[in-house]
Amino acid sequence: MIALGLLILTAVLLVGGIFLRRRYPGALRRIEAYERLNRAVGLAVESGTRLHFSLGRGNLFTTRGASALAALAMLRKLSERTSLSDRPPVVTSGDASLAILSQDTLQSGYRAAAAEDQYRYSTGRLTGLTPFSYAAGTVPVTRDEQVSTNVFLGDFGPESALLTESAERENSTIIAASDDISAQSIFYASSQDPLIGEELFAAGAYVGAGAAHEASLTVQDILRWLVIAAILIGSLLKFVGAM
Amino acid sequence: MRLFATVLAVASGLIVLLGYFYPIPALLQLRVLLTNWAMIIGAMTVLIGIYNLVAVHMEKIRTRQKDAAYGGVLVLSLIVTFGFGLVFGPNDIFMRTAMDAIIVPVEASLMAILAVTLIYASIRLFRRRVDVMSVLFLVAAVLFLIAIMPTPVGPLPGDQILQQFLGMLSRGGARGLLLGIALGTLLTGLRVIFGVDRPYGGN
Repeated sequence: MIALGLLILTAVLLVGGIFLRRRYPGALRRIEAYERLNRAVGLAVESGTRLHFSLGRGNLFTTRGASALAALAMLRKLSERTSLSDRPPVVTSGDASLAILSQDTLQSGYRAAAAEDQYRYSTGRLTGLTPFSYAAGTVPVTRDEQVSTNVFLGDFGPESALLTESAERENSTIIAASDDISAQSIFYASSQDPLIGEELFAAGAYVGAGAAHEASLTVQDILRWLVIAAILIGSLLKFVGAM
Repeated sequence: MRLFATVLAVASGLIVLLGYFYPIPALLQLRVLLTNWAMIIGAMTVLIGIYNLVAVHMEKIRTRQKDAAYGGVLVLSLIVTFGFGLVFGPNDIFMRTAMDAIIVPVEASLMAILAVTLIYASIRLFRRRVDVMSVLFLVAAVLFLIAIMPTPVGPLPGDQILQQFLGMLSRGGARGLLLGIALGTLLTGLRVIFGVDRPYGGN
């Protein structure tokens, strides 16, 4: 019952938030990593280098898929911005269904940029089906394909250290976020501007994916405060009850 | 076509979601049916994904790109193991040997490299940015390693207290992060169910 109530509340807040955001667009707080990404994407297009987007290995049939879906929203906007570059973006993933979705998303980006004829299916790749085979298949992309910006967004595990290490050796920009705690600590140690926790889900909003993504951030903030209040009240009640 | 895909995806999402909250037999049956279809489609996507993997490596070989030979080895190994697996089944001795003698040791080696890579990344953290959080991160990591480190004289004095203290902080932090991720997951799911995000048909 509580879960259903929370779901309905979230849905109502989201719909209301979308409506309000469309009427009254607001500013987002500054997240250094996303600012760096926006700069790096522009530079990649100008310098004729490549953007590499890695979606991790989040299976879409589990809750781990949500981080990949958030990353796909960002990919859709970035592919639109970089599709006319001399070197089109490459997307790698460690899950087959995710690889197919990445191809579809890339194609949508090309279509939106009126460059669908330039889309190549080989730019959306499945690089491996186990964590380390995925890392082993992705490392050559970061190393050999003139990549200047690496975006690692999605579900990663400890194997992400191999990816960031390889990207760093090439002196490329690293933007990284994961829904996994161990990968978050690795990204904290190995990227210039780490993205922590739910900042991963803000990806779409910071690349202009629309009012729905911005409204999601507002609803996330409201729900976070509600959770904090519930924890504090619960602790207080327990304390009072124990006295 | 795109509208049809959106309607179908939204309806399927709502049926599965309602099936969780209202266990009416008709809804439950529909939910199980849709979930089974999703699993079958998921299995088929693996084959499509493998085709994509082969196609990318064949392209590398055809255009004589750097390290194309590795691509050749990959394609050849894949054909051989796939063929053997189809004919003799996954429990065949050859299939088990391929797993135990090739895949497991290779992944274990990568795990070993990972340990070195992580230490190296931690050392370089100070070169990248020097702030309070980075110092705390490294101090906590080093203290925790010391606390769990085996020594010739047995456990270090105070190791349990240190582990408990650091564990308390890290558990609290991890729960906070996981709560944030859960909220993000909830909202991402709702955006897909509302058809705002349509990763399946392009938007």
